[in-house]
Amino acid sequence: MAARSITKRFPGVVANDAVEFEAEVGEVHALLGENGAGKSTLSNMLTGLYRPDSGHIEVGGEPVQLGSPRAAIAAGIGMVHQHFRLVAPFTVAENIVLGHDPAFLLQRGEIEQRVRALSQQFGLDVDPTARIWQLSVGEQQRVEIIKALYRDARILILDEPTAVLTPQEADKLFETVRALARSGRTVIFISHKLHEVMAVADRVTVLRAGRSVATVRTADVTQRVLASLMVGREVAGPERIARQGPVGEPVLQLADVSAIGDRGVTALSGVSLTVCAGEILGIAGVAGNGQRELAEAITGLRRCTGTIALAGRPLASGSPRAAIEAGIAHVPEDRLGTAVAPSLSIAENLELKRYRLGGMLLRRRAMATAADQLIERYEVKAPGPHAPARQLSGGNLQKVVLGREFAAQPRVLIAASPTRGLDVGAIETVHAHLRDAASRGVAVLLISEDLDEILALADRVAVLFEGRIAGELEGSIATPEALGLLMAGGSAAA
Amino acid sequence: MIRAERRLSEPRWLRLAVPLLSIAVAAVVGAIVLLATGHHPLATYHRILSAAFTADGALSGTLIAATPLVFCGLAAAAAFRMQLFNIGAEGQLTAGAIGAVAAGLALGNAPTWLMIVAMVVAGALAGAAWASIPGLLRAFARTNEIITSLMLNYVAALLGNYLIFDSLSYWRDTSAQAKVFPQGRPLAESASWPAYGSSIVVPFGMLVGVIAATGLWFLYRRTRFGFEVSVLGDSLRAARYAGIRTRRTILSVMALSGALAGIGGASQAGDFAHLFDPRALQQEGFGYTGIVVAALSRYHPAAVVAVAFLLGGLKNAGFALQGPDFPSGLVGVLQGLILFCALGGELLARYRIRIGSATAAAA
Repeated sequence: MAARSITKRFPGVVANDAVEFEAEVGEVHALLGENGAGKSTLSNMLTGLYRPDSGHIEVGGEPVQLGSPRAAIAAGIGMVHQHFRLVAPFTVAENIVLGHDPAFLLQRGEIEQRVRALSQQFGLDVDPTARIWQLSVGEQQRVEIIKALYRDARILILDEPTAVLTPQEADKLFETVRALARSGRTVIFISHKLHEVMAVADRVTVLRAGRSVATVRTADVTQRVLASLMVGREVAGPERIARQGPVGEPVLQLADVSAIGDRGVTALSGVSLTVCAGEILGIAGVAGNGQRELAEAITGLRRCTGTIALAGRPLASGSPRAAIEAGIAHVPEDRLGTAVAPSLSIAENLELKRYRLGGMLLRRRAMATAADQLIERYEVKAPGPHAPARQLSGGNLQKVVLGREFAAQPRVLIAASPTRGLDVGAIETVHAHLRDAASRGVAVLLISEDLDEILALADRVAVLFEGRIAGELEGSIATPEALGLLMAGGSAAA
Repeated sequence: MIRAERRLSEPRWLRLAVPLLSIAVAAVVGAIVLLATGHHPLATYHRILSAAFTADGALSGTLIAATPLVFCGLAAAAAFRMQLFNIGAEGQLTAGAIGAVAAGLALGNAPTWLMIVAMVVAGALAGAAWASIPGLLRAFARTNEIITSLMLNYVAALLGNYLIFDSLSYWRDTSAQAKVFPQGRPLAESASWPAYGSSIVVPFGMLVGVIAATGLWFLYRRTRFGFEVSVLGDSLRAARYAGIRTRRTILSVMALSGALAGIGGASQAGDFAHLFDPRALQQEGFGYTGIVVAALSRYHPAAVVAVAFLLGGLKNAGFALQGPDFPSGLVGVLQGLILFCALGGELLARYRIRIGSATAAAA
């Protein structure tokens, strides 16, 4: 498979600019790039969701027109999306033949047999008669892979496949990927994680700002070389910013907190935590193990049982207003959907939590001035205080959110995946702000699925697994391996 | 392939050009219809303009037709701004008329100023109460307010019929001559709202409507409550995150919307009918036209008043136009064409239409 000089423009941006790459039969070829480098746009064109403005795609040396996802499947291209395309109440086998089975009646027995054969061949354990909602995220991913193989995909595109997996599950996935390549298939592995790319790929094409910068053999390069290709300059991993000075009094205390998740099952059970003034407590874990519910319980967005106390005073459950008034700041995971009202201006979004403090009337002029000051102080790139929040890029939006939350002079800050989707520069800024807040005596709870982030910032790390605290480690001695074991449900080794 | 994409930004010139163009298109299509039915288009348009705005007494008639549209337009705009689709202004207006007439009848011969205050308050309360039914259901049971508010329109209409035609209610005229032809009990002379001006008569309800529009603008633009409405209208999650009491706000907005429609009902009773006349209200369908008014004015209170005035003119011209040589069906066709083009133009202003898909790569 090859992409020849592919260009795709969206209003205001060139997402792909003359991108070239070539993946051989039996090869694992990685597409490496930062968020926004154009990886997703490219893969959407390879699977027929978008059409290139210019350039073309070749499969087996022949140019192909991929006008629709159906055409891409016919050309032997299969895709495993980051967000799975599965129907939860259906069985594995039903999902696999969905939209594909040419027969009018489902030949269940036959389908299940073929699914079993494929799972055995590539080490993809999954029960074809199980229903999707019963499966773990890792298992669902296997269903997606089998789905592509069932349709005779010769080329398999995996988009950020490890984002939802534990380190152990990821290792298992890598074995499958290599088995697929050995069977003569081509695997295109999209990622922004260097160590994964080094571990699994034969060759790498690096994308930066919509251009293909280089294609190299992983055997010939180091992670450092790839990193500098990716960002265009030399970088180290996120530097650990350790705490200076002693930890203060306990501020936020959770005792035996349990909550029900959106699916109606217990998402958080018996969590007890303490965060002290001036300390960053990291919460690590694979996505979907209760992190969101934990943040929502503390900030009053979700009802819970047990007690949440702030400096010894218990907080009313299920009242965001009470949490705000008690001095709990919240940087939610879902920036555009929760942290701001997207159509409202920056100035209005800054008022979101303090508009109740004044009288009955809004002071629009003062709001605009405050927004101007924040834009200047946090170096937000924005057209002005009246620009709608949704026009801002992720990093700039996060600066607005942080600025607002810090302006309230909180005693506790709950930060959930505060750097997801941000580029390296913005990540550094956000990390510096978090550490700075802690050094001013704020108790910071950092919930993140990104282990590097946890290791860079946390003074202590607690791991959430299936809604429980699986273990707690000192930040200075925590290693990815020890945390990975806890994240997978193992017992504390340290 | 034809696709509609939301415009990322809306150029200023479009806001002016689109309505003008829409009216031009409506005029051209209307001309074809008129020619086909043997009428002279230009002469007909001239008659419409004259009957709506320029002839003697035309503006008075237009203002009368516009008054209920101001209230129903404001009612729809107040709720739609928060993505709360109250389409029950029709029923809320009826409830308001029932409440206002009850207050007027109860006060007997009280002075006019007291009558006006009592009728406006009673109309607003009755409309708010009627709207609170879907409001409560939406806030606490997450029921779709479109369906519940719509269904309550029929309930209100039938309740009105019951009060006048099927019972000896407080609202029904029980005098001897009304035994054969049932009708509402007339209000006292002092319950007639004043009108101002000599050549152009401005109904008092219109003044109340303009005051209500100003109040609504101020409420939504300048107050804490208005801020909560705009946050909640944009993102429910953000509103919860900001500590806004979402249920209370939903209920308040629903009640506010119903109150506005209810004052419209009070104005119908006080300004024009001087009794409760359910049949007349049903025939007019003010509540539904109010939705069109709100949509065309993009929920802006000042624009609601302007659009209501234009649509009032169109309606008024319809009365003047129809006659032996000009069937009322044709009047309806022309009115429909203008509304259709105006709403279609709105779509064009907010979305751009792309014909054909992105051209495939030239190999």
